[in-house]
Amino acid sequence: MAYVVERKPLTLAERLYLPQIFAGLRITLKHLFAPNVTLQYPEERPVIPPGYRGVPTLVRDPQGREKCVSCQLCEFVCPPKAIRITPGAVPADQPDQLHIEKAPQAFEIDMLRCIYCGLCQEVCPEEAIFLQNQYSLSGYTRAEMVNDKARLYELGGTLPDQHYKWDKKKAAAEHGNIH
Amino acid sequence: MTALYQYWLNLPLVLQMAIKGLAVIGFMFPFGGACSLIERKVSAWMQGRHGPNRAIPFWIAWVPIIGPLLQRLGVFHLMADGGKMFFKEDPIPGHVNKFYFVLAPIVAMIPALTTVSVVPFGAYVDAAGQLVPLILADVDVGLLALFAVSSLGVYALILAGWASNSKYPFLGGVRASAQLISYELSMTLSILPVFLWVNAPGGSGTLSLFAVVQAQSGPWHAWSGLWFIFTMPVAALIFLISLFAETNRLPFDMAEGEADLVGGFHTEYGSLKWGLFFVAEYSHMLIGSGVFVLLFLGGWNPLPWLPLATFAGWLGLAGNPLVVGALSIVIFLSKVLFFVFLFMWVRWTVPRFRYDQVMKLGWQKLLPLAIGNLIVYALVIAWVQVKN
Repeated sequence: MAYVVERKPLTLAERLYLPQIFAGLRITLKHLFAPNVTLQYPEERPVIPPGYRGVPTLVRDPQGREKCVSCQLCEFVCPPKAIRITPGAVPADQPDQLHIEKAPQAFEIDMLRCIYCGLCQEVCPEEAIFLQNQYSLSGYTRAEMVNDKARLYELGGTLPDQHYKWDKKKAAAEHGNIH
Repeated sequence: MTALYQYWLNLPLVLQMAIKGLAVIGFMFPFGGACSLIERKVSAWMQGRHGPNRAIPFWIAWVPIIGPLLQRLGVFHLMADGGKMFFKEDPIPGHVNKFYFVLAPIVAMIPALTTVSVVPFGAYVDAAGQLVPLILADVDVGLLALFAVSSLGVYALILAGWASNSKYPFLGGVRASAQLISYELSMTLSILPVFLWVNAPGGSGTLSLFAVVQAQSGPWHAWSGLWFIFTMPVAALIFLISLFAETNRLPFDMAEGEADLVGGFHTEYGSLKWGLFFVAEYSHMLIGSGVFVLLFLGGWNPLPWLPLATFAGWLGLAGNPLVVGALSIVIFLSKVLFFVFLFMWVRWTVPRFRYDQVMKLGWQKLLPLAIGNLIVYALVIAWVQVKN
């Protein structure tokens, strides 16, 4: 329903406008001496809050083994289809990875397509892909902007999780308890 | 030193004047540029930013403390900006009237640099104990000449707006002309009481700005020791507001109006031609502030009731005209710089007026107020002078 807003008549001070200007000048003067809020960017970097969604990366477990089992869920869920995985078997000459079924042969994330939505991290059953702190990336060619597996592990590093999933699998296998 | 002074005195008067003039222009031009840097820094600080603080020549970076300090103050951005403006391409759009397009920035600079000649910027005490102004031309028409020449500045804006042959510059030029002409009236009327007071009957009439400062440099407790801003606050206020309008500063920057007119009258300009408009605008600001300081704030007198000569005497500088002159220039310039700061301070405080508000303020508020002020002060001054 339409209604009329009561407008109080302006007082003399308000009509003169000058007291208002002086009040405004006081505020701006306060800002003149207030500390700056901007950062000197390349030298000073912002503090990245927890849960920040930066460049997606692949991580290793605390013993340095790759966690990704190339289930390709991230590839399927990725809305802009930025992830491309070539699944592969784990080479037999790696005794510490004996109980792992699969590992990606190639893992590429096209950063020109990635929209940083975090769905890949959300969907990953192995907690192998994380959107971490890096927010600034650039390159001279389109090919440079595609992160391959080596680059993804370099960016991701090792995640100190406490699951030790492959150790449990190995222990289970040794007890004849393969599910 | 004395030989040099003798040599200076033996130079032809024309040459002396030309050198003095060039010296003042050589000061005004970079100072106008420096004001643009101050503007950038003050704007940044008021917005919680650092402002320009990157440029530094590598050999100054070697100086330990001063180098980084100058860098943080952004001093070298001034040279970087100036150098950029000198050397970048100077395009003339195809659709403009070339002659007037090129003429406009020149016309903008001429009044900006000419008006300095009648503005005293300091004074010293000569051997005879007389106060001598530091001024290029101490003419009796002083302020009249200044107003006459500085109001030519509006032609530059109109020329630029029309010659650009494009929509927004044209609008900017039209607005500028209307605004400048409107506020000139109240500006001129507001300072008449000052000259009514200065030109007491019996004396020879003068509009010289030096005489105005002399009328404000009385001793302790004398009426003449009070600055005119205390005795004529309304006149000072009207003059200040008109000054904002005349120099096209916010809240009156109708002529530029970045939000609605792109850049106003200088939209089509680039490189040094645009830079000339900028320097002209800052020179107008400097001279306008200088005139305000001379008229209402006692010029080079450090405090009310404390004339320069007394102050110099306290400091033991009485027999030292060079030092007293330098001191007076410093006092005067620091007052002027405060006003330059005030221009920037107000810029980030008050939003731009609507065009109709500008016109209403000028014609319906300031002009009647200035006329009323003039009448009241004419009566009061007549009464005071009859009583004496």
